[in-house]
Amino acid sequence: MSIITKSAAELGRMMAAGELTSEELTRASLEQIEKLNPTLNVFLAYDAEHALAQARAVDARRAAGEELGPLAGIPVGVKDNYCTTDFPTTCASRMLEGWVPPYDAAVVERLRAAGMVIVGKTNLDEFAMGSSTETSAFGPSRNPWDAERVPGGSGGGSAAAVASFMVPLAVGSDTGGSIRQPGAVTGTVGVKATYGGSSRYGLVAMASSLDQPGPCARTAEDAALLQEIISGYDPRDSASLNQPVPDLVGAVQAADLAGMKVGVVKEFAGDGYDQGVLDRFNEAVELLRQAGAEIVEVSCPHFTYALPAYYLIQPAELSSNLARFDGMRYGLREGDDGTRGAEEVMNLTREKGFGREGKRRIIIGTYALSAGYYDAYYGSAQKVRHLIQQDFEKAFEQVDVLISPTTPSTAFKVGERTADPMSMYLADLCTIPSNMAGNASGSFPSGLADGLPTGLQVMAPPMEDARVYRVGGVLERALEAKWGGPLWRKMEAL
Amino acid sequence: MGLTADDVARLGALARIQLSEQECAELAPELDVILESVRRVSEVAGPDVPTATHAIPVDNVFRDDVVTPGLTQAQALAGAPDSEDGRFRVPQILGES
Amino acid sequence: MTETVDFDELLTRYEPALGLETHVELNTNTKMFCGCPNEFGGEPNSHVCPVCLGLPGSLPVINAKAVESAIRIGLALNCQIAEWCRMARKNYFYPDMTKNFQTSQYDEPIAFDGWVDVEVDGETFRVEIERAHMEEDAGKATHVGTSGRIHGADYSLIDYNRAGVPLIEIVTRPIVGAGEKAPLVARAYVAHLRDLLKALGVSDVRMEQGSLRCDANVSIAPIGSDKLGTRTETKNVNSLRSIERAIRFEMSRQAAVLDAGGTVVQETRHFHEADGTTSPGRPKSDAEDYRYFAEPDLMPIAPSREWVEELRATLPEPPAEHRRRLQTEWGFSDIDFSGIVNAGALGLVEDTVAAGATAAAARKWWVSDLARRANEAGVELEDLAITPAQVAAVQALVDEGKVNDQLARQVIDGVLAGEGEPAEVVDKRGLAVVSDEGALGAAVDEALAANPDIAERIRGGKVQAAGALIGQIMKAMRGQADAAKVRELILQKLGVE
Repeated sequence: MSIITKSAAELGRMMAAGELTSEELTRASLEQIEKLNPTLNVFLAYDAEHALAQARAVDARRAAGEELGPLAGIPVGVKDNYCTTDFPTTCASRMLEGWVPPYDAAVVERLRAAGMVIVGKTNLDEFAMGSSTETSAFGPSRNPWDAERVPGGSGGGSAAAVASFMVPLAVGSDTGGSIRQPGAVTGTVGVKATYGGSSRYGLVAMASSLDQPGPCARTAEDAALLQEIISGYDPRDSASLNQPVPDLVGAVQAADLAGMKVGVVKEFAGDGYDQGVLDRFNEAVELLRQAGAEIVEVSCPHFTYALPAYYLIQPAELSSNLARFDGMRYGLREGDDGTRGAEEVMNLTREKGFGREGKRRIIIGTYALSAGYYDAYYGSAQKVRHLIQQDFEKAFEQVDVLISPTTPSTAFKVGERTADPMSMYLADLCTIPSNMAGNASGSFPSGLADGLPTGLQVMAPPMEDARVYRVGGVLERALEAKWGGPLWRKMEAL
Repeated sequence: MGLTADDVARLGALARIQLSEQECAELAPELDVILESVRRVSEVAGPDVPTATHAIPVDNVFRDDVVTPGLTQAQALAGAPDSEDGRFRVPQILGES
Repeated sequence: MTETVDFDELLTRYEPALGLETHVELNTNTKMFCGCPNEFGGEPNSHVCPVCLGLPGSLPVINAKAVESAIRIGLALNCQIAEWCRMARKNYFYPDMTKNFQTSQYDEPIAFDGWVDVEVDGETFRVEIERAHMEEDAGKATHVGTSGRIHGADYSLIDYNRAGVPLIEIVTRPIVGAGEKAPLVARAYVAHLRDLLKALGVSDVRMEQGSLRCDANVSIAPIGSDKLGTRTETKNVNSLRSIERAIRFEMSRQAAVLDAGGTVVQETRHFHEADGTTSPGRPKSDAEDYRYFAEPDLMPIAPSREWVEELRATLPEPPAEHRRRLQTEWGFSDIDFSGIVNAGALGLVEDTVAAGATAAAARKWWVSDLARRANEAGVELEDLAITPAQVAAVQALVDEGKVNDQLARQVIDGVLAGEGEPAEVVDKRGLAVVSDEGALGAAVDEALAANPDIAERIRGGKVQAAGALIGQIMKAMRGQADAAKVRELILQKLGVE
């Protein structure tokens, strides 16, 4: 293994010290992509020449004595639901195949401003609708720990790109767990920022009130560095919070958890959870206790209703958000042979452009919002959302953070759950509440169960993202001490 | 209360998706399972429970009434499946005279 | 031909109920949810950005000025202003709508429960306002037909410059009890709105440009019935005159349907300016289900009471008070004043007075001369190609003696024909009054010589006989003689004092 296994923080320091150029690093990154992408199907698009040109530009700025940020020159992957002017933005859908947006997403602008090298666009479930990347119109991504298995979803591409050392960092988006759940099953760090902490402008919406950007990384520190870069107020997103970005990198370096009260969510254990997942979780809780945390059990009774409420709110919002894909202004147009009217062409375009899961969700959402069913479905789901927010508020009166396993199981096999949507949806059981309440939430590696990674989820109140990183940083060091190095050293494929 | 293939076809029409008969027949039982499961939300959604439509409660987010740069006509039309005379060309809109 | 029943006759048996939905385009600098210019016209698709084009990933942000205008409109309509309300998505597919939902308001309008009083023939009618809410306009689709081909190469072209322009929709409660005056009440209500919105300065209120558009819901029910009849919605009736005509026609048409034992179909109808009729548009199908829900991309709007009171303080004088004050200032009788109001000339007269004319002169031009021309041309008075400032300039020419009333009408002809400002028209057409003694003297001499008998009668003391000579001289000089001067010269030359 070469330079590519080093952390972004370390690589940044090496470049600042003149020991490494971005061009060298980017070449190494591209080599790894060339080598593994045919197997893992992680990048939907990458452009070596364009990446190297960006790298050389950063190197030139550094050579000219310019003061650059800690991640300048670091290659980064961007989930293919962020608008980019230099790569197509497909959302892994036939609907947008080949579409090049005329503008950059806010997050992408920030990556560029930080001097990061955008290598390419990573695979996802179609329009982020899924928990395995299997709904991607361009084929599933594979988990580097076991290529027979999924890397989670919807941001499986970003997580797998980081886990397989193609890039040290990637950007994801999290609507119900799409950053954290792939993080857990690929042994990487994934954090969903506080809703409003990072701008959604230019992130193609799935469910507007739930979507939130965040970092994918191999270490807590790297995730913190990237989250600091992509966070901050943006007046183009009405939900953007006009507050200073918390000191996340500082939080990762906290020595211990002294004085911190950590609540274990009672409802996220028991039936339906792999024993290995629970064992690793319990061991991690013990490590947190040893690091000085006071551990208490907390009941959040409505969290068990989060999944059904989510599968009403999210399809309802997406049925409306995806209405714009009609073949009139951009993307796919089907059946326009001069004999059909606009309505029929829209019908054919949407039939052809969306995959099965997209259709399922659009129909469910349409149903939930339609006259006569709104109160029983969408209206009730919004009440549950309120109850979940209340559960969090009450819990955070007692404890500083809540923790749970990130996912009930480890990575499942490609094809194993595609026939049964409900079993697929269960992968997000533990991650959904934080989207409903908008609070900060991150997943950190907690070990291996039967050779596959497991994750621990840390949830903190809105704008208290630093607490997530403090717990994550302490846990990471405790586990590395126990394992004698990072988790990825155990990856057989290496 | 099961969802029928006809219901799916009607919802497909509302959502502008031309579903085949076979697709409707396949989707109906799949969707029914999902709806059966999510119906659980009504167990705790009592009449006194307020609704939440947003993740974080914030009011009054406005922008100043100031012109900001937009797209050129060429940029606007660059991704269009078809255009003519600076306009998006679309199939005939029925119901318009 | 659509069957209709005589308007007066139907009123002996039916009672109309009206509901008016008026869309007002605000004259903000920018659109409702993005910083694109809110301008009429322009190269197609040149006032657009990712937001109003509904591009994937774009997000709306509410224009503060639009909210301010909405609140001011609400207050001017005597509405309550919501303490907290949300925008909502109205979901339906249409190619002129970039997101396939319209961002609007549903069950939480920013303003509700208001009223306005309008006057028709001296009688006051109270029109109750159900709500005024904020929403966005759609783009403009142009149908392109290819004639001579059976199978459609027909298609549409869309310009999204108008997409996202801020709109306020003002909805009345059913207007009942107006009987025969119902069409006039509707007309007066829209005229009132137009004046109000103009005074508020929130809209250009140009009906012909679509910045004020009206949908008229009309139903009739047998007199004494406690239920409203089935209504039709006539869309986009775009002039005051059309509102009155469209409603009269719908009442007559529905009466004919009911008289024939039929039922009125609930549907959208289109109004045709040319013959004053309506025809069916899209039927209101049962499938229309807008699936409204609170817009997750926009935060709730909670206008503080302080802000609302600050805005209340900026309201112009209410129209009724405004009218009373003007009548007093101008010193018109009730009849003369209501003549101005009924002609829809109040604002025009006011502006003409502001431009320097006397109220009497302004009234004379607008209510008699120009109103007749507008009527002949079948256009609204304000849509004549002459401004209040130009009318005031014409009157100034009269006052200075440069033209007389007769010539002034020709000057107006010239202005209406696009020949320029009044002074330019005088020059171009050579319309100035001739008061030069040499030219007039020759004409007088000629007339005296040709009419010795009249000259003799004047000499004999019948001074009023001079009128006949003046007429002849005016005719000879194509109306351009200074009549007073001519008279003076005649008497002088005949030695009569």
